Amino acid sequence: MDMNQYLSMFIDESNDHLQSLNENMMGLEANPEDLGIVQVIFRSAHTLKGMAATMGFEDLASLTHQMENVLDLVRNSKLVMQDFIFDTLFKSLDALEAMVQDITGGGEGKADVSSIVASLQAIVRGEVPSAQGEGPGPAAAASKAMETPALLDEFQLSVLEQSIQAGHQVLFIEVTIREDCQLRAVRAYMVFELLERFGEVVKSFPSVQDIEQEKFDFSFSLYYISQKTAEEMQTLIMGVSEIDKVTSVALDAELLGQLGQAAVAATAEQAPPAPARENTPPVTPAPAAPPKKEEAKKAPAKSAGAPSRTIRVDIDRLDVLMNLLSELLIDRVRLEQHASDIQSGELTETVEHMSRVSADLQNIVMKLRMVPVDTVFNRFPRMVRDLAKSLDKKVDLVITGAETELDRTVVDEIGDPLVHLLRNALDHGVESVADRVAAGKPEMGTIQLRAFHSGNHVFIEIQDDGAGISREKVLKSAMNKGIVTAEQAAAMSDNEAHQLLFAAGFSTAEVISDISGRGVGLDVVKAKISSLGGNVTIYSTPGKGTTFSVQLPLTLSIIAAMLVRLGPEKYAIPLSSIVETGIVKRSQIRSVHGAKMVEFRGSHIPIVSLSSFFNVSDYDETGEEETEIIVIRKGDKLVALTVQDFIGQNEIVIKNLGKYLPNIQGISGGTILGDGQVALIIDPNAFIK
Amino acid sequence: MAEDIKVIVFKLAAEEYGIEVDKVQTIERLMPITRVPKTYSFIKGVINLRGVVIPVIDLRGRFGLEEAEHTDQTRIIIVVVNEMEVGFIVDSANDVIDLNREDIDTPPEVVGGIKAKYLDGVAKIGEGRLLIMLNLSEVLNKSEIVQLESFEG
Repeated sequence: MDMNQYLSMFIDESNDHLQSLNENMMGLEANPEDLGIVQVIFRSAHTLKGMAATMGFEDLASLTHQMENVLDLVRNSKLVMQDFIFDTLFKSLDALEAMVQDITGGGEGKADVSSIVASLQAIVRGEVPSAQGEGPGPAAAASKAMETPALLDEFQLSVLEQSIQAGHQVLFIEVTIREDCQLRAVRAYMVFELLERFGEVVKSFPSVQDIEQEKFDFSFSLYYISQKTAEEMQTLIMGVSEIDKVTSVALDAELLGQLGQAAVAATAEQAPPAPARENTPPVTPAPAAPPKKEEAKKAPAKSAGAPSRTIRVDIDRLDVLMNLLSELLIDRVRLEQHASDIQSGELTETVEHMSRVSADLQNIVMKLRMVPVDTVFNRFPRMVRDLAKSLDKKVDLVITGAETELDRTVVDEIGDPLVHLLRNALDHGVESVADRVAAGKPEMGTIQLRAFHSGNHVFIEIQDDGAGISREKVLKSAMNKGIVTAEQAAAMSDNEAHQLLFAAGFSTAEVISDISGRGVGLDVVKAKISSLGGNVTIYSTPGKGTTFSVQLPLTLSIIAAMLVRLGPEKYAIPLSSIVETGIVKRSQIRSVHGAKMVEFRGSHIPIVSLSSFFNVSDYDETGEEETEIIVIRKGDKLVALTVQDFIGQNEIVIKNLGKYLPNIQGISGGTILGDGQVALIIDPNAFIK
Repeated sequence: MAEDIKVIVFKLAAEEYGIEVDKVQTIERLMPITRVPKTYSFIKGVINLRGVVIPVIDLRGRFGLEEAEHTDQTRIIIVVVNEMEVGFIVDSANDVIDLNREDIDTPPEVVGGIKAKYLDGVAKIGEGRLLIMLNLSEVLNKSEIVQLESFEG
């Protein structure tokens, strides 16, 4: 069978399972007694194992198998979770992740996992006195076999015995079909067909007739004679689609003997409860059963909702859709213009309706591209845990607003900068336990990771309750690096001093040891965020902690902008950076130290002539008595730009100017106007230093 | 026997130039060009070519020839080189010819005032007509532009 077509699905689902494993392991670590979580983890690991085995990734399957063994002991209360076990399991998860990564990159998913496997086995063997000699997996499953109501009569038992003597494999197989499966009987039939190809089914429960008439829940079990081993059969059956779980155990003569006795005992004692059991999958000890049900309810809700309600779409297709929509928007604006020129009532009406529809369409397409920041955030708890451990600090990561949505392209890019900021907060923000106690703070440091909407932006804040930034140390280091002079340093506000951390060149290895260490590549973080059209600021209170606030645009491709005219040329200014528009008299513009300033709401701000900045010919504003200004903002700094005319507000589609053009100061891109002409988009950042 | 190629022929001043057909995306009549400030003088601006913004170069300016008034014959040739789409403003473009690679000779040092490195070669086509084949990746080489500018400036 050609597996390639399933590969991408395998990768997607493996990542989902790994993610849920990680999350649940974290949950379990916080609450080691909760066997319900163990069930969920076990199930994820199990599914992963099945998928990996089906796809032929042996290492992946064998490692998950070992994890499963450990987890199986835990969920059967034969093993109590401890730090060592957690660490080993986390290590296994890392190894699994690495393998899946490798497969994603086109590799074979091979990795040397022997040491992890060894320690997992050690856990299973050494630390569990109650484990039976032959290892937990078969033992547990065999005990399952004993309890199943699928009792064998004497004849069947003797058939099995003889088969074992003849050197055949006698297997007890339990198959669980996915709960969302529509045609259970068909799936069951497929399993039986598969089984009969390789051997003989001796006895099944419920009976074959019942199964064919769909008179069973989601699982059935059977005794089976074959040449294949238990593992091979398991892999084969997992190959049938919509199969959730397969347990396959090889039985030997001894177990069979016990079964025979159990059969006698059961006919006497277990006969009444048997019908009741029909409806629940014949699962192990009773205490484990309720959490299992709970998990069954939880699992579908968590993992991508019910599968039938979502589809995975190639991002490229969404991009194509977005591009087509951009074309439509351009034409819409053009139509609107024509309609108002022609002044035909019917046309105007139609165009208005089309505008509404296309606005809705735009909303939907934008929403399609939105993904919750959770997709980035979800790997942080694990990272923080590991880092805190290696730094020997106690840190609690509190995530809020993980459901906040952002454009996919932004989410893809924002991960690394956030990792950087988080590491910073952990490494240099939160103090060591001893320091914290000395400062009268609780031992456990807290890092808040918040995401929220505000206007047309999404904010992501990382706040620690550490020592804060020392102004003196930052300034000293900045002066040593020649970033600021002593006079400049003295004149700086605390806030300005903090922003120095983002200065290029501030981050060197020397700095890390010199001062509290903040500034490790923060200029890179800032550059990355700026390239996304965002902004990052620092707030810090000595002794109380530091907050990094990252401001991001909701989307990168369509923005609201103000169109302005400069002589014959038109420019677009992003609305998000405009504070206010207005008209000032020429006489109000003053010259201060050679720079032109204008009074704005009680303070003086610089004023820049756009037409002279862009060398616009055919237009001279100096003769005018009054001039239109647009006040733009970056952070808390304001600048007024003079323009000839305001044209109006518009939704514009951002287009880049082509690879050939170099970066042009003051221009961030182009857009196509309703009349088909290109207007350049002004980059407000260029006017504010 | 070398392969035959198809070549778009266009005019700049008195000379005829050629670009291989598969590097040309389309040939357009002159259309409104949006000026892009703060860049090289030979970059005339950007145009909207069916929804894609494409920069346009005056090829006369690029080769240091005197820029001419645009006429009815003026065309914009859109070429694609190294995934860059760029428009060339030329005096006229009205011919496609077949050429055998064997007929292209290595260029002399200077042809029509253009440095040899911008050229792939010179081909004789019929009665005394010379066709200058352009080396597009050199023409669009940006690092070279910087040198050119600093040299001239």
